[in-house]
Amino acid sequence: MGVEGIGASVVRKEDRRFTTGKGRYVDDIKLQGMTHAHFIRSPHAHAKVKGIDSSAAMKMPGVVGVLTGQQIVDDKVGNLICGWAITSKDGSPMKMGAWPAMAPETVRFVGQAVAVVIAETKNQAKDAAEAVVVTYEELPVVADIRSAIKPGAPQLHPEAPGNVIYDWAIGDESAVKDAFGKAANVVTLELTNNRLVPNAMEPRAAIAEYEEAEEHYTLYTTSQNPHVARLVLSAFYNIAPEHKLRVIAPDVGGGFGSKIYIYPEEMVALWASKKVGRPVKWTGDRTEAFLTDAHGRDHISKAEMAFDKDNKILGLRVKTHANLGAYMSLFSSSVPTYLYATLLSGQYNIPAIYAEVMTVYTNTTPVDAYRGAGRPEASYLVERLMETAARQLKVDPAELRRKNFITQFPHQTPVIMAYDIGDFGASLDASMKAIDYAGFPARKAKAKAEGKLRGIGVSCYIEACGIAPSKAVGSLGAGVGLWESAEIRVNPVGTIEVLTGSHSHGQGHETTFAQLISERLGVPISQVQIVHGDTDKVQFGMGTYGSRSLAVGGTAIIKAMEKVEAKAKKIAAHQLEASENDIVIENGEFKVTGTDKSIALPMVALAAYTAHNLPDGMEPGLKETAFYDPTNFTFPAGTYICEIEVDPATGKTSFVDFVAADDFGRLINPMIVEGQVHGGLAQGIGQALLEHAIYDANGQPITASFMDYTMPRADDLPSFKLSHTPTLCPGNPLGVKGCGEAGAIGSSAAVINAITDAIGHNKLEMPATPDRVWHAIHG
Amino acid sequence: MYETTYHRPSSIDEAAAMFAKGSESKYLAGGHTLIPVMKQRLASPSDVIDLARIKDLVGIEPTSDGIVIKAATTHYDVAQSAIVKKAIPALAYLASLIGDPAVRHRGTIGGSIANNDPAADYPAALLALDATVKTNKRNIKAGDFFKGLFTTALDDGEIITGVSFPVTDKAGYAKFPHPASRFALTGVFVARSPGGEVRVAATGASQNGVMRVPAIETALKANWSASALDGVKISADGLMSDIHGASDYRANLIKVMAQRAVAAAG
Ligand SMILES: Cc1cc2nc3c(=O)[nH]c(=O)nc-3n(C[C@H](O)[C@H](O)[C@H](O)COP(=O)(O)OP(=O)(O)OC[C@H]3O[C@@H](n4cnc5c(N)ncnc54)[C@H](O)[C@@H]3O)c2cc1C
Repeated sequence: MGVEGIGASVVRKEDRRFTTGKGRYVDDIKLQGMTHAHFIRSPHAHAKVKGIDSSAAMKMPGVVGVLTGQQIVDDKVGNLICGWAITSKDGSPMKMGAWPAMAPETVRFVGQAVAVVIAETKNQAKDAAEAVVVTYEELPVVADIRSAIKPGAPQLHPEAPGNVIYDWAIGDESAVKDAFGKAANVVTLELTNNRLVPNAMEPRAAIAEYEEAEEHYTLYTTSQNPHVARLVLSAFYNIAPEHKLRVIAPDVGGGFGSKIYIYPEEMVALWASKKVGRPVKWTGDRTEAFLTDAHGRDHISKAEMAFDKDNKILGLRVKTHANLGAYMSLFSSSVPTYLYATLLSGQYNIPAIYAEVMTVYTNTTPVDAYRGAGRPEASYLVERLMETAARQLKVDPAELRRKNFITQFPHQTPVIMAYDIGDFGASLDASMKAIDYAGFPARKAKAKAEGKLRGIGVSCYIEACGIAPSKAVGSLGAGVGLWESAEIRVNPVGTIEVLTGSHSHGQGHETTFAQLISERLGVPISQVQIVHGDTDKVQFGMGTYGSRSLAVGGTAIIKAMEKVEAKAKKIAAHQLEASENDIVIENGEFKVTGTDKSIALPMVALAAYTAHNLPDGMEPGLKETAFYDPTNFTFPAGTYICEIEVDPATGKTSFVDFVAADDFGRLINPMIVEGQVHGGLAQGIGQALLEHAIYDANGQPITASFMDYTMPRADDLPSFKLSHTPTLCPGNPLGVKGCGEAGAIGSSAAVINAITDAIGHNKLEMPATPDRVWHAIHG
Repeated sequence: MYETTYHRPSSIDEAAAMFAKGSESKYLAGGHTLIPVMKQRLASPSDVIDLARIKDLVGIEPTSDGIVIKAATTHYDVAQSAIVKKAIPALAYLASLIGDPAVRHRGTIGGSIANNDPAADYPAALLALDATVKTNKRNIKAGDFFKGLFTTALDDGEIITGVSFPVTDKAGYAKFPHPASRFALTGVFVARSPGGEVRVAATGASQNGVMRVPAIETALKANWSASALDGVKISADGLMSDIHGASDYRANLIKVMAQRAVAAAG
C-alpha cells in the first residue's frame, strides 16, 4: 500500500475549497443576461385551477414573462415520468396519474407550481408573482394513507381508482401459510415508518441557457446524476435533443436521494430559457425545499413472524401501505417494492416470506428514495420484530438473532436477493464487546436507583448496494441499466484525469477515486484529477445513489486502469527492450523485474503521445474507457447497539453509548468511511428521535421550516464508537461493498429497541419525541 | 424582502422622531425576529430604524436596589456580564440558553420582550423577578407589560430603553427546549424576594403567552423546596398543544421545570 493508496485515511482533496468557501455551486454561477424565475405555488392541497390572470404582473418592473401550466401542455413538454414499472398481484400495470411540470388544471399538493414569473431580478419576480391572480376551486383532500384507502375517499387521479397505484406482492404466500400453521409462537407488530424531509444543505437550483445560433441548451443543476437528467429531459420531456443539451452538476451540497430526480423547476427553467431567449436561473429557498423536494419513507406496516419451539424462524408475513404522495416521482415505485421487500430476510435464515405492498396517492409532496431508500424501512421492521420476539419469547435479543443468523454463503433468500458473503456473528460480537453488553443489567439497576430508565437496543442490519445487474433490474421493471463508466486519460506529462459517471455531492470521490489510481501506479493523489458532473466531459454514467459509486463506478475505474496499464506496459517494454511480462509498476516507475532498468510514468506517457517510438501497429495516446455492469448487489451488514437513558419526568432520551460494527468490505479511505457512517447515523437517529414531516387533515404541511421540523444537531447525538468487521466482497475486484447509507438503515431500530426496553413496552412510534415517550410512560 | 429605508439614529430622541416620520416604521435591534419576517415578505416596513447602535441603549449597570439592562444589550453580553452573574445569576444563565451563539450575539433583551414570543425566555424572568420595563415615555411593571401572544403594552413608536430588575433572595430558571426551534417548549423562572414574596412564571406553555403559576407560588411560599411541589397539580386547561407537546405534557413540564428551577436556585 502506498501512503496515499488503498487503506490510507488521507485528508479529502475537495475539502480545501469547501472549507474555505471556494466551492462552486449552481447558485454561484452568473451568466450574461441572466433572468430569475420565481414559481407561483398552490396554497391548497387539492384544487382546480380556474384561472390565472397575469395581466397586471406583466406590467410590473423588470418582468420578462409569466408562463403557465397550459403553455407547458401546449408546447408538448412531456409529463414527468416514473422510471420503474411495477405490476400488481392481479397482473395489472401500476396506475399512474399525469404530472405536468406546472399544473394546467388541478393541483394536488401544497407547493405545486402553477406558473412561473421570470424577471430581471429575483425580487422583481417575487413582486410580480404577488400580482398574478390565481383562482382556485378547492377540492376535498386525502392527507394520509388511511384516509386515502377509505371507501368513498376523494380521488386524486382518474387513472387510479381508490387512490391505489399498485397492490404488489413478493414471496410464497402458501409456504408462509404453512410455516405459520406449524408455528410454536407467532410474534406480531404494527409499525409506522415516519415521513422525512431530506434537507440537503444546498437547496435545489438550476440555470438554463439557450444559444439560438447553435440551438444548444446548457443546464447547470443540482443533480446526483447529470446524464440521467439529460436523458430524461430529452427523451421524455422533449425539451432539447440529447446532442444539443449539456447538463452540468458542479459542486452539489448534499443530495441523500433528493437530487436524483428531474423536478418540474429544472424542466421549466430549461424550457423557459428558449421561450424568453435569455438564461433563466432558479434557486429554491428552504421553504420550497420542504414543499417540493421528494420526501422519504412514510409506510404503515403489519408484520408477523412465526417461530418453532427452538426459536428458529419459520416464516415472515408483511403487509405494508406506502404513501407515494400526489404524484409518482422518478423512482418512487421501486422504493417500497424491490428496494424494500427484497431485504425483509434481514440477516436471518427465513425459509418463507410473503410481503404485500400497496401504494397510494395522497395530497402530499411526492415521496421517493431518501438515504437508504426502502432498506431502512425493511431493516426497521425486521429488527423491531426480532426485538419484540425476544421479549415475547423471553430470550436474550442478541442470542435470538445469533441463533437465526445466516452463516453459509452464498445464501439465497426467499425474496430475490442472493447474499454473497458476510460474517454477521463477527459484527454482533464486536458491538456487544464494545458496549459491554454483559454489564448492562448492572448499569440498568444502578440507573433505576437514580430514578432513570435505562435501555439497550440491538439492530443487525443488512442492505443491498451497488445497484445493480442491469439485466436483473430490467427484468423487474427498471427503465434504465445501472452500470457505470470510467475513462482514464494519462496526459502527455503523466498527470492523470479520471472521468467518472458517478457524481460526488459530499462523498469524497475526488479523494477516494484518486487513491485507487495512487494504489495502482504509486503516484501521489495530487497528480490525479477526478472529473465528473458534466455531460460534455464524461461520456455517460448513471450517477450516485444507493452507495454504488465505489462498488460500480470504482470497478469501472479499475477496469479502465487495467487497460491503461496493459498499454503502458507494452510501451515501457518496447522502450526498455524487455518483455512486456517482465514489467512491474512501482512508485510511478515501470521496472523490468530483476534488473535496475526502469522508465518513469511521464516518459511512458510522453512516448505514447509523441508516438516517435511505439511498438509496431500501436495507436498513439494513453486513454482508456471501461463500462462495468455488476454481477450482483453488494451486501453491507453490521450490528448497531445503543444504550440510552430516559428521564421519566420529561420523557427525554439521552444517549449513554452508541456502538457500530460494520462490514463494508475493503475500506479505501477509512476516515471518509467513518464520516459517511457518522452522517448516516445522524439521519437514522434523526428519524428515530426527531424528524417527522406532518400534514394536517387539509393537507397543509405543518413542519415546513426548521422551527417545526427537528433536524438532528450535534448535541442531539452521542460520540459514536465505530469498528469494522470486513469480509471482502467477491463480486468486484476491489472487494468493496458501499458505506453511504448503512448508518441511516441500521440505527433507527437500535434506538427504538433501546427506548422500548427502557420503558418496558412496545407502544411507541418514531419519532420518539419527549412528549411521546412521556405519554408512553405515563399514559 | 420588500424595499425599505434603513436609518441609523444616534440618540433615542432622534430614533423616535424618525419613527414618527415614516409611514410604517419599525425599530430594529438584533434583527433576529424582524429580518426573517421581512425576508418572508410577512412584514413590509417603509422605514427600519436601527436602535442597536445607539450608545445609550447598550450596557448593564448596577442600581441601588438591583440592576438595569439597557434594551439593545445582547443576550451574549447578559450571559457574560459579571454584574448580572453577581446580582441575579439565574438571569445570566437564562440568557446563555437563548438560541445559538449567532442568535445570542445579535438578539437583544429589548427586541425579545417587545416581540413577546409566547416561547421566549426573557418574559418569564421579567415576570417572576417583578422587573420594570423602562421606555422613553414611562415605566411599566412586567405584570402589565406582557399582554398575550406577541402583544405588549407598548404604544406605537414607544422605545424600550431598558429593564430594571430588583435584587432577589433566590432565583432559578429551568428550560425544556423545543426540539426544533430550541425556544422554550416550557421554561419556568422561580424567584423569592428579600421580603419573602414568591413569584413563578412559565413561558412556552400557555396559549396566552407568559403566565404566573399561582399553585406553585403558594406551595413554594410555604416551603421553598423542589419536593414541596410533588403534590401540586397543574391544569392543562388553556395550555398550548402541538406536535411537540400536548397540553398535559406541558402541564407536567411546568411542574418539573419549576422543581428543577428551585433546585438550581438553592
Ligand atoms: C434561530 C433563532 C433561535 C432563537 N432562539 C430563541 C430562544 O431560545 N429563546 C428566546 O427567547 N428567543 C430566541 N430567539 C429570539 C431572539 O433571541 C431575539 O430575542 C428575538 O429575535 C428578538 O430580538 P432582536 O434584538 O433580534 O429584535 P428584532 O428582531 O430586531 O426586533 C423584534 C421586534 O422588537 C421591536 N423592538 C426591538 N427593540 C425594541 C426596543 N428597544 N423598543 C421597542 N421595540 C423594539 C422591533 O421593532 C421588532 O418588532 C431566537 C431567534 C432565532 C432567529
